[in-house]
Amino acid sequence: MSRLSRRRRRLPEAWRRPLAVVGGVIALTWLIVAVAAPLLAPYDPLAQELPRLAPPGPDHWFGTDQLGRDIFSRVLYGARVSIPLTLLLVVLSVLIGGLLGACAGYFGRWVDETVMRFADLVFAFPTVILAMVVAAALGASLTNAVLAVLVVAWPSYARVTRGLVMGMREREFVLSGRLLGFSAWRSLRLDVLPNVTGPILVLATLDIGTALLLLSGLSFLGLGAKPPSPEWGAMVSSGVEVFDSWWVATFPGLAILTVVLAFNFLGDTLRDALDPRTARAIKVRAL
Amino acid sequence: MTLTISNLQVSIGGAKILRGVDLALQPGKVHGLAGESGSGKTMTGLATLGLLPHGATTSGRVDLAGRDLLTMPVRELNQVRGKEVAMVFQDPATSLHPMLTVGRQLTEHMRHHLRLDKATARAKAFELLGKVRIPGAEAALKRYPHQFSGGMRQRIAIAVALACSPKVLIADEPTTALDVTVQAGVLRLLRSLCDDLGLAVLLVTHDLGVMSAVADEVSVMKDGLVVETGPRERVLRTPSHAYTRSLLDALPGETA
Ligand SMILES: Nc1ncnc2c1ncn2[C@@H]1O[C@H](COP(=O)(O)OP(=O)(O)O)[C@@H](O)[C@H]1O
Ligand SMILES: [Mg+2]
Repeated sequence: MSRLSRRRRRLPEAWRRPLAVVGGVIALTWLIVAVAAPLLAPYDPLAQELPRLAPPGPDHWFGTDQLGRDIFSRVLYGARVSIPLTLLLVVLSVLIGGLLGACAGYFGRWVDETVMRFADLVFAFPTVILAMVVAAALGASLTNAVLAVLVVAWPSYARVTRGLVMGMREREFVLSGRLLGFSAWRSLRLDVLPNVTGPILVLATLDIGTALLLLSGLSFLGLGAKPPSPEWGAMVSSGVEVFDSWWVATFPGLAILTVVLAFNFLGDTLRDALDPRTARAIKVRAL
Repeated sequence: MTLTISNLQVSIGGAKILRGVDLALQPGKVHGLAGESGSGKTMTGLATLGLLPHGATTSGRVDLAGRDLLTMPVRELNQVRGKEVAMVFQDPATSLHPMLTVGRQLTEHMRHHLRLDKATARAKAFELLGKVRIPGAEAALKRYPHQFSGGMRQRIAIAVALACSPKVLIADEPTTALDVTVQAGVLRLLRSLCDDLGLAVLLVTHDLGVMSAVADEVSVMKDGLVVETGPRERVLRTPSHAYTRSLLDALPGETA
């Protein structure tokens, strides 16, 4: 009884810290923007009918780009491109990496060998370079950029989940479950996995920022979203061509920065709100 | 039902953990298994039910009513585990699922093995809690393990183990983690369940005092081998093996 109520009281405390509030507010704002961009944007993000390279002012808060498009509207619309894809990306990485890592940790033997050799293979390359190579090999498109990031992102989940599951499967109540005659699958699903979701959730939240950076990085390099699309990475890239008009690259860059920071704050908060033991498990991975 | 372990050998990564264990469990009898920590008592229990760490190899025979548990396919083994042979662990704080209610833990495997509907399983769980003397069974079913004391948790773990009316119970140091004051109660419970239900019990303990209180037969293990076995009186009064004598000598206030 006491343990439960103490936990309940501690959770809000972590969430009341300034960084948690800032992270929460920014993330929520971006989510609203992603949903409501058509209502909020003053201009069509693709229409090329405004004065070119107009600096920020009362008519165009973020200025216009070299094709006469309103950058504020494009940044808002960009949220609809990047945020859902990033979330999808992280969810898929968690599912794929988590499931493979859980099987590796629980079943051991050849399952473990196979999964972890593939993970090691991915870890052997620098993340950004490998994502670039995969994206280039698949052909430049936003979908392929997502696939490329997925390829480099799942192994860290596999590794963390495997470690957590290996720790859990030797626990007595998990053994007890098996000794009551439940199958390995049922034991993995109901006894092991619910007890490892906390740390994985934290990792996933922290990873949203990284995934967005990689995804827009690929678009920046011309390996992701194609030009007319208001994708933030691609917008920064085109802004670099007109370096004197600082606003063209700066505002989409700030958009990326704020999303990354917001989710890092949220991830840290989640981590602090969980047990110290979980926090340690995640820190180990970060080394 | 008789459970006979013969020449059970287990090695993990080249290390011989069990070097040919022989044990026979009879219905209605408590068989005490003593031996210092690390002698392979827990491994014997886990190997009997085919649940060893990755990379362990097993040989020998574990005979349950004419069937060899060691060579049995996992599907069949899952029907034996919990239904015919059950196990209770040392520490009830870690052997019950921390996130599931006592009611759920008591009924889930009953519904699985005995194909009972929810209401029947619940009624049976209620009855079981009475049998292991948990007061306020109705409320207890809705609570979580951490809301009970250590002694109560061990009784609950025993109730869970007995839910499907197994014929054999392996109790791995069931009282070691408990206060001395509640140890006797749990042991008495095991003894009476054994007598009333005709259960064959393997009571693992490194405490010869516990052993002399409840066991009918006693075996002593050392370094993965059973070095001595026989009726309690004989083994504890006139130990034939030097190791058993040294264990007895180490016992405070007990003169052999
Ligand atoms: N997972 C494992 N891998 C390798 N050796 C183990 C493992 N678990 C236990 N052992 C070894 O097996 C031996 C017997 O252990 P155990 O059966 O737990 O002893 P007991 O229950 O009698 O105290 C010990 O020497 C222990 O070091
Ligand atoms: Mg032991």
